[in-house]
Amino acid sequence: MAALHENGPVPGALSPGAGDTDGTALKIAVASGKGGTGKTTVAVNLAALAAEAGHSVVFADCDVEEPNAHVFLPTVWEREEKALLPIPRFLQERCLGESCRICLDLCRFKALIRMAGDIMLFPELCHGCGLCKLACPAGAVTGDARELGVVRRGASGAIRMAGGLSRVGEAMSSPLIKAVKQSVADAPFQLWDCPPGTACPVIAAVSGADFVILVAEPTAFGLHDLTLAVGLVRALGLPHGVVINRDGMGDDRVLSYLEREGIALLGRIPGSLEAARASARGGLLARTFPEIRAVLEGVLETVREAVRAKARDRSLAQAGQGDVSCAR
Amino acid sequence: MREIVVLSGKGGTGKTSVTAALAVCAAQSGLAGGPPVLADCDVDAADLHLVLAPTVREGHEFLGGDKAAIDAALCQSCGLCREACRFGAIGGDFQVIEAACEGCGVCAYVCPAGAASLSPVVSGDWFVSETRAGIMVHAALRLGEENSGKLVSTVKKAARAEAKRLGRDILLVDGSPGIGCPVIASLGGASTVLMVAEPTLSAVHDIKRVHALARHFGIPCAAVLNKSDICPELTRELAAFCGESGIAVLGELPYDPAFVAAQLAGQSVAEFAPGRYQDMFTRMWRRLACDERCAP
Repeated sequence: MAALHENGPVPGALSPGAGDTDGTALKIAVASGKGGTGKTTVAVNLAALAAEAGHSVVFADCDVEEPNAHVFLPTVWEREEKALLPIPRFLQERCLGESCRICLDLCRFKALIRMAGDIMLFPELCHGCGLCKLACPAGAVTGDARELGVVRRGASGAIRMAGGLSRVGEAMSSPLIKAVKQSVADAPFQLWDCPPGTACPVIAAVSGADFVILVAEPTAFGLHDLTLAVGLVRALGLPHGVVINRDGMGDDRVLSYLEREGIALLGRIPGSLEAARASARGGLLARTFPEIRAVLEGVLETVREAVRAKARDRSLAQAGQGDVSCAR
Repeated sequence: MREIVVLSGKGGTGKTSVTAALAVCAAQSGLAGGPPVLADCDVDAADLHLVLAPTVREGHEFLGGDKAAIDAALCQSCGLCREACRFGAIGGDFQVIEAACEGCGVCAYVCPAGAASLSPVVSGDWFVSETRAGIMVHAALRLGEENSGKLVSTVKKAARAEAKRLGRDILLVDGSPGIGCPVIASLGGASTVLMVAEPTLSAVHDIKRVHALARHFGIPCAAVLNKSDICPELTRELAAFCGESGIAVLGELPYDPAFVAAQLAGQSVAEFAPGRYQDMFTRMWRRLACDERCAP
């Protein structure tokens, strides 16, 4: 681990710049299989440390069902836009009626039925694939939209904030997550706070990251769900490492697993009732607990070095071979 | 049939620990009608089995949906599929990016060469098992798969069938974090949402969204306030919110290392520290199992 200072960044280690000193873009995703392991805690504190060191940081809260980063990074939201999913609308007067059931037969999401002669849509079941519109021989399908939620942009001090808030009752969160990421696509230094789990929303959130920090608890549930998350980032070919949060509250099963699997341990955040109490009230732990600050500075430096090394390898390989496929 | 679904919005507030303790106490409570059938509906990070150590009686593959495939031998690289696909699931080499494919069939519809086709994909497994707290239906979504909602519905349907077979009339369902697809699926047919809330600003924010979702579907809520001594003023705020919203507060649990110790020992906290927790969870279960008092 990098040299650690208690009261501030290591001089030179967290130097300002666009993304990174050598221009390497840096998109760090913070994820975990299990919920409540400390993803948001790690992500917001890393963002605060990077901003203090002079980086222009963009924070994307990709947990659109239950976003919490703004609790720790009080945010002034400046812009809010509805995110819409294109869904069909049916012009009943053009519909060929009972003689045709092409759209009904083609829809694989069972989102269409015919009722009293009219085609009806269950909007919540529609994935917005557009097949009914493509296939309708009578041009009876036109466009409509379903609100997925909102994408919002703002600032928390020097940190640019982006996030989403899904509409209550909306089942699909992946398209909203993609919209949040799209809204900050050009920013060179990004931190992404991802949703829990291992299903499609998590894939939408971590895809395209230069590095995934997995936050795990040293408990039975923590280990089980970490193994799932590791399986996912491995399948996606994403560089990753693990931060153990609330270290000391459980046992060493997560540590043994990391050693066995050869997974990088990025840092261990000591657990304490005081830290839990400060976090409950929305405090940034790196500001009040020097030992936690030191751990997280080490994490940030290790991740940046890993991404820089990868970028160097890539450019060397490109220079040498002209053609190389890189892990996404 | 009565269905109690344990939710929290935020992860890690104690859904599974509370579910396990309720399940064990319910099995020992001797209430008429027998113990509930258990369903673990947190299908993308299921943990209840780590406490209840199930013996699997039946295993089934779960066909989540279809995925497209493009036959390179037939593909003419015309690009129509890529143009029509709204999910960005057709890669540069005209191969399907599985993680992005939603199985809608647009590519197969537009392909002039018949190169694209859809076939069902096994995207998870589900099990009917025996545990010391009774029958449990649980599942595992395969990594990165979609349709967690459909798997949740499958688990609940199987749990209802088990309950019917055993003559039971109550399900206890461990839910997922969030308020999206798997949570909405777990609310189908729910009688009560049991919210596990903790006094943190994040969890208070999140539990209000769960409550809004439950209200959206017209389902009454009850609550357990976990780790209530971490932040007494937020605990009071939670209690006040529950009071205003007609949410029955069934009890408060302290921040207690026994919860983690129990988990590491493969026990529910009611088994690990029965002196402190057995009566408490048994009382909570009696209230939950009784329609009148928990459906405000």
